[in-house]
Amino acid sequence: MKILVCISNVPDTTSKINFTEGDTKFDTNGVQFVINPNDEFGLTRAMWFKEKQSAIVHVATVGGPNSESTIRKALAIGADEAIRVNAEPTDGYFVAQQLAEVVKNGGYDLIIAGRESIDYNGGMVPGILATLLDINFVNTCIDLQIDSDNVTATREIDGGKEKIATSLPLVIGGQKGLVDESDLRIPNMRGIMMARKKPLNVVEPIDAIRATNDVKFEKPEPKGAVKLVDAANIEELIDLLHNEAKVI
Amino acid sequence: MSVLVYTESDNGKFKKNALEVASYASEVAKQLSTNVTAISINATENDSLGAYGVTKILNVNNDQLKTFNAKAYANVISEAVKSEEAQVIIVSSSSDTKYLAPILAAKLSAGYVSNVVAIPESTSPFLVKRTVFSNKGFAYTQITTNIKVVGVSSNSFGLVENSGTAQIEDFNPAINDSDFSTKSIEIDKVVGKATIADADIVVSGGRGLKSPENWGMVEELANVLGAATACSKPVSDMGWRPHSEHVGQTGKPVASNLYIAIGISGAIQHLAGVSASKTKVVINIDPEAPFFKAADYGIVGDAFEVVPKLIEKLKEFKAQNA
Ligand SMILES: Cc1cc2nc3c(=O)[nH]c(=O)nc-3n(C[C@H](O)[C@H](O)[C@H](O)COP(=O)(O)OP(=O)(O)OC[C@H]3O[C@@H](n4cnc5c(N)ncnc54)[C@H](O)[C@@H]3O)c2cc1C
Ligand SMILES: Nc1ncnc2c1ncn2[C@@H]1O[C@H](COP(=O)(O)O)[C@@H](O)[C@H]1O
Repeated sequence: MKILVCISNVPDTTSKINFTEGDTKFDTNGVQFVINPNDEFGLTRAMWFKEKQSAIVHVATVGGPNSESTIRKALAIGADEAIRVNAEPTDGYFVAQQLAEVVKNGGYDLIIAGRESIDYNGGMVPGILATLLDINFVNTCIDLQIDSDNVTATREIDGGKEKIATSLPLVIGGQKGLVDESDLRIPNMRGIMMARKKPLNVVEPIDAIRATNDVKFEKPEPKGAVKLVDAANIEELIDLLHNEAKVI
Repeated sequence: MSVLVYTESDNGKFKKNALEVASYASEVAKQLSTNVTAISINATENDSLGAYGVTKILNVNNDQLKTFNAKAYANVISEAVKSEEAQVIIVSSSSDTKYLAPILAAKLSAGYVSNVVAIPESTSPFLVKRTVFSNKGFAYTQITTNIKVVGVSSNSFGLVENSGTAQIEDFNPAINDSDFSTKSIEIDKVVGKATIADADIVVSGGRGLKSPENWGMVEELANVLGAATACSKPVSDMGWRPHSEHVGQTGKPVASNLYIAIGISGAIQHLAGVSASKTKVVINIDPEAPFFKAADYGIVGDAFEVVPKLIEKLKEFKAQNA
């Protein structure tokens, strides 16, 4: 089985978000970039398939040279090879078209992407990718079992979960649950050394449409101060929720 | 050019988000001086949609579509888009719809923008406001393709009623057997209980509650309020509560009218996922807990004393206001 894990390079979850150039760009100053958490769960599941089912695992990212440290990290965690499509990932449709080309050239059986990138929260790359390739797709995937071509996947739904039977080739949009939190790996020294010798292939983008374009950013209005209610005076909270906030 | 809205139903009944996206679509149709057509699948109460601005409903009745299937549903909606020559398609943010929307967009070579929180700033160019960076910012995003798919954030627009009626037409697109190469084999879902996705009120507990046995009072509070229950990430990691209750940046997003956080510190990743809620209440023993900076109302106190009292007073309040 040949697996491609799609990795989106995103600001660490604790990052302060600011915009620059007249609020037209995300300000990367002082921001640390990491593997998108949803992709980290997927990469860890891919490592399981590598170790238990002898899968070959490649990772791909669509991004500029500055995204290389993030995919190096994926190599250090254990991926065999990396591909970087040299283009700015400004639009999900564009990214999906680039990844579709990578998949066609690499002949992958399983493509593991994340439910969403935590930066632009598009939640669209895996679904568009699967549709462009005309292959199966399971979103918000929290469990994935593969027995030759037969796949059993579980997806999270509103209020519960759903088990799905499908087959390879397949794209998933993975998330927390796909592996145990405690199984997530931090690259060790040996992994980091080995990663230096692994191939990181840079390919140029294909011609593709960009369907969307962010023209301006804005930060939310600063929040007013919290209204504190004395623990001895719970009626006051109920009154505020009823008469002021009008939510009960 | 018309506006098409996908109105999602559950067991024949429209979900609240269906009425919200219908309201939104009707506002967009006004901007474009056109009408709204809804596409519904196996819905039984279609006449209710007229009151939210829909003038025509394409209703699909098909046993093959009894259980949700993203590809088959996307295909049906895409056929409706073609038959209506729709250029703007409005969808919700439920998990099923977030599953099918990218498939639909790719089928139609359409740009798709999710998490949209307001009616379009302008329709030419087509510019929408959406949340980005897990609610830490907004982007104004232009969709440049001919056909546009707009995913509306839950609870961001609300319901707008009017006195219209809709004309209902049967719609019978061909269903491809190949769409069922992903097949639902088992659904495990709480029934008769509000879910985090569509509850007006969510009551959430954190590590401050100390052990799973103490969730009785969280559930009782939720019961009194008709609320869904949720939890912080460590609580689900430790197995105190099911994973499906974990909310935050890496869990389920919450966009309820009221979010009550009990014994939750308010870590940045937690707040990112719940900050779209309109009113936030925090109950925490530590006045320095970061959640107090993000909340509208707060009580500094021991949850084990405050919550039982809150339940008792709410019961009295409900009895008086029933
Ligand atoms: C990549 C990443 C992603 C993450 N994603 C998420 C996410 O999606 N969702 C999420 O929730 N977290 C997430 N986290 C974890 C987050 O950083 C916090 O660790 C977590 O939210 C803390 O949960 P908590 O508030 O329940 O626990 P704690 O931080 O331990 O807080 C417990 C609180 O309870 C209070 N308390 C104690 N006793 C009482 C009492 N008797 N009465 C009242 N209050 C009391 C304490 O004062 C304290 O404030 C993520 C972390 C990382 C690194
Ligand atoms: N620039 C990118 N390069 C590679 N994969 C990506 C990129 N952007 C998104 N993805 C994948 O698509 C998933 C969903 O992203 P999005 O649609 O941007 O929310 C991510 O979790 C990644 O697996």
